[in-house]
Amino acid sequence: MLLQENVLMDMKRDYYEDVQIFTSGTIVFWLGALMLLLTLFPFIAKNYYIYVANYMAINVIVVVGLNLLVGYTGQISMGHAGFFAIGAYGTIALMTHAHFPFLLALPCAGIVAALLGFLLGLPALRLDGPYLAIATLGFGITATQIIGKIKLFGERQGLHAPKLTIGPWHIQTDKDFYFILIPITIFMVLIARNIVKTKVGRAFIAIRDADIAASTMGVNLTFYKTLAFAVSAFYAAVGGGLYAFVLRFIEPELFSMFMSIMFLTMVVVGGLGSIMGSVTGACLLAFLDLQLRNILEIPYFGEWIKALSESYFSLTGVSNIQLIIFGLILIIIMLFEPLGIFGIWIRFKKYWMTWPF
Amino acid sequence: MVDFLQMVLSGIAVGSSYALMGLGMVLIYKASKVPNFVQGEMALLPVFISFMLLSTYKIPYYIAFPATLIFAFFLGCFLEFAILRRAKAPNILGLIIITIGMEMMLLGFVSWKFGASQRAMPFPISSYDSIMIGDIFISSLDMLTLVVALVIMLGLFLFFRFSKMGVAMKATQMNENAAALMGIKTKQIRMVTWGISAMVGAVAGLLIAPVLVEPYMMWDPMLKGFAGAVVGGMTSLPGAVFGAYIVGITEHLFGGYISIEFKSVVAFVIIVIVLCIKPSGLFARHYVKKV
Repeated sequence: MLLQENVLMDMKRDYYEDVQIFTSGTIVFWLGALMLLLTLFPFIAKNYYIYVANYMAINVIVVVGLNLLVGYTGQISMGHAGFFAIGAYGTIALMTHAHFPFLLALPCAGIVAALLGFLLGLPALRLDGPYLAIATLGFGITATQIIGKIKLFGERQGLHAPKLTIGPWHIQTDKDFYFILIPITIFMVLIARNIVKTKVGRAFIAIRDADIAASTMGVNLTFYKTLAFAVSAFYAAVGGGLYAFVLRFIEPELFSMFMSIMFLTMVVVGGLGSIMGSVTGACLLAFLDLQLRNILEIPYFGEWIKALSESYFSLTGVSNIQLIIFGLILIIIMLFEPLGIFGIWIRFKKYWMTWPF
Repeated sequence: MVDFLQMVLSGIAVGSSYALMGLGMVLIYKASKVPNFVQGEMALLPVFISFMLLSTYKIPYYIAFPATLIFAFFLGCFLEFAILRRAKAPNILGLIIITIGMEMMLLGFVSWKFGASQRAMPFPISSYDSIMIGDIFISSLDMLTLVVALVIMLGLFLFFRFSKMGVAMKATQMNENAAALMGIKTKQIRMVTWGISAMVGAVAGLLIAPVLVEPYMMWDPMLKGFAGAVVGGMTSLPGAVFGAYIVGITEHLFGGYISIEFKSVVAFVIIVIVLCIKPSGLFARHYVKKV
């Protein structure tokens, strides 16, 4: 229903066209250009911006995974910070206590989270709407609470990430980590794109649009719904495992409910049911997030905000402007463009393709 | 035995504030079909307004509290009228996200305005006094919470049973089109429902405020109230109250006998268990979609 405009635009003429990962040569060209830019980026950018890029990439992984669940399968999850935390803590614990190499620990933590996602998916089979929202929300809160009480995970004090070595390569700076993170991100995004284009993805979409009709057509609801939860949990955990090494220090308070809500915000802003939308949404909001954290340092605007805070508001609570702005973005997107950035893109494309009519 | 009764009583006292939040959520869920994540903040802003009136402007209680409640009513109406109603082609996810957006805005505004410092609100009844019933203690604030919650529940019951407005609300919730055909202004009714819900929430907020006033104070009651409402079935007012008391009592018993550390997550375990057995909660008839 929501995607009618999209359907109008992308008329498919045969099966092959439907399963193609890249739909046209233009897209391949621009993606190639993007790859080139991403490779050159760390050599030209300042150190802080490499950190920003790493932060964005992690959000991209999580949000793409969450979109598979929320946007494609139509199951809301407000507890993805839980999976994110499991990934972060799991990866570090596996590396320090079981001495796994990083590239093995990361998918292992992901699989643990995927199993938990599968378990969360089981009650979700019978739930929808508000019931599913509160159940997943409860999961997120419970997961972080429990993690914060486990000795192995450093309880309230948190954990330091161990030194990262892959083969002979010691990874110390953000720049080094960038070269691990970006390939993983691209790989994960391509996998997601691939999932969407295969039988599994079509089953997800069918469940979103009409689950009863889908099961009549032979889609196994139990299997695909739990699979959607598991896949999306896997993505969140991989993102979490990588995040632990971007921050180098993690503590339970990081993985609050607001983090889950942030991920959901990114999915919605990017566009439900669009991988590229998720990528853009995650990048934009992650950037905005980092910028707004030190809002007082933004030129002109920062000074104005400072003066405003001093005379009418409080200076200690100035970082909460971030909440106001994100809330406003959510409301505006939902009221005026329910498909987010993807929706804007579709309209833009349609206008120019049918121009001058 | 005394311990047990003591815990149950404390559980009921805490459950009362959960019940008020839960009632507010159910009212809105029945009217707008959305789990209202802004419920906590609809109470938070009035509480801070009241705090400001009392401590900055030194206005007496008997003016400040009614003024707060009236403000809460208009805040609820405004949120429905200005934001939620404007959503085009809303589905449940979209509505949830709009309420989350409103919640973030209000929370951000309050935290910006008042900072993160923790305060206690001046209140006619001290939270340290306590009453003895047999061998059981109950603080007089808890007692007040309990009584006020019961009065509000009774009031809501009478309102829905005997007032014209209440009956119109029930009709709107049952079948909106039919209600509109009978000449009920359904949009207006929905707006007023939001106002009433905000008022009920604000009462809960005012009863929590003497202990602690800070921007995140309504989070926990909101989530527990939501949990209680879901346990009770999300569409039933007595169900929400019952669910909230279950959550409050179980929480206290768990904290007393098993582990105080995990006290705050018990509510969510209860929800998952209840929902596994009865997917639509204890008091709601399970809704089966017709094909």
